[in-house]
Amino acid sequence: MSDAKPVGIVLVSHSAAVAAAVAELAKGLAGAGAAVPVAPAGGTGSGGLGTSAELIAAAAASVDRGAGVAVLTDLGSAVLTVKALLAEGDELPEHTRLVDAPFVEGAVAAVVTAAAGADLAAVEAAAAEAYTYRKV
Amino acid sequence: MLDADFFRRWMTVTAASVDREAQRLTALDSPIGDADHGSNLQRGFAAVRAALEKEPPATPGAVLTQSGRLLVSTVGGASGPLYGTLLRRTGKALGDATEVDERQLAEALRAGVDAVMQLGGAAAGDKTMIDALLPAVDALGDSFAAARTAAEEGAVATTPLRARKGRASYLGERSIGHQDPGATSAALLIAGLADAASDAGAGDE
Repeated sequence: MSDAKPVGIVLVSHSAAVAAAVAELAKGLAGAGAAVPVAPAGGTGSGGLGTSAELIAAAAASVDRGAGVAVLTDLGSAVLTVKALLAEGDELPEHTRLVDAPFVEGAVAAVVTAAAGADLAAVEAAAAEAYTYRKV
Repeated sequence: MLDADFFRRWMTVTAASVDREAQRLTALDSPIGDADHGSNLQRGFAAVRAALEKEPPATPGAVLTQSGRLLVSTVGGASGPLYGTLLRRTGKALGDATEVDERQLAEALRAGVDAVMQLGGAAAGDKTMIDALLPAVDALGDSFAAARTAAEEGAVATTPLRARKGRASYLGERSIGHQDPGATSAALLIAGLADAASDAGAGDE
């Protein structure tokens, strides 16, 4: 699988700080040298809390290596904006998927799985499976 | 018949009323939302107005699809993709025609509202923009004025409802007693449509 192109991961949060920190956390836990492209798309373009379609589209383009892009979101407008961009058809790279997963745990699972050379479907499944991790 | 000018006027009139009512929308959004509905929509419709002035699209469908796309990219909150989807799907349903009649507009708007319901997963009675849009689309078969009245009544009728979608739904029972800001802005959009129609004058009928 070493020749396989990695799936790209986009992390969309209402907060730029949350998106960036979760990206850093996921990459850190995936191990040094993991070649998975991960891009945060947090907050509005002007630095406020909210969702920016432009930041999301730019982040998705930046992580696209041809193997697909998994997009994880936090709440409300983040989910709706990604869905609206997907419905548009040409705003996001081909094979971009909105993954239904918890934001932090899902991001870690997605990056770790992508780092192992998995395809988009496997990355999506791993992230979604994070819903079942009980903590207590 | 309704041409691209009519649709541009619809967007411009709505932009002006959103501008005028921004504080009221934000005030409605403070007890049950995050107090940015007015400013978010104001930013979005300002971008729509500026783009329509700069390079006016030639067909009704293009006016709405371009406006919708701008709302998705500039609003920053959930109302961006929701209103963006409404206008874009309505515009797509109108196709490339240079003029459409009122029945075609009503059908296209219904397709737009259906797309919003699908995107947000909201139904009638969930205390959302759908509660103004659905009655408006139903009344549009009668007249633009009837649609305006239906949307306004629909918005007011959200007050006793309990929110089941969006941030307000986290409040549960405490969302009861507040008029929904999204339904209120949706009523402004439909009022803009009625205003654009009355500006067109009876001679156009």
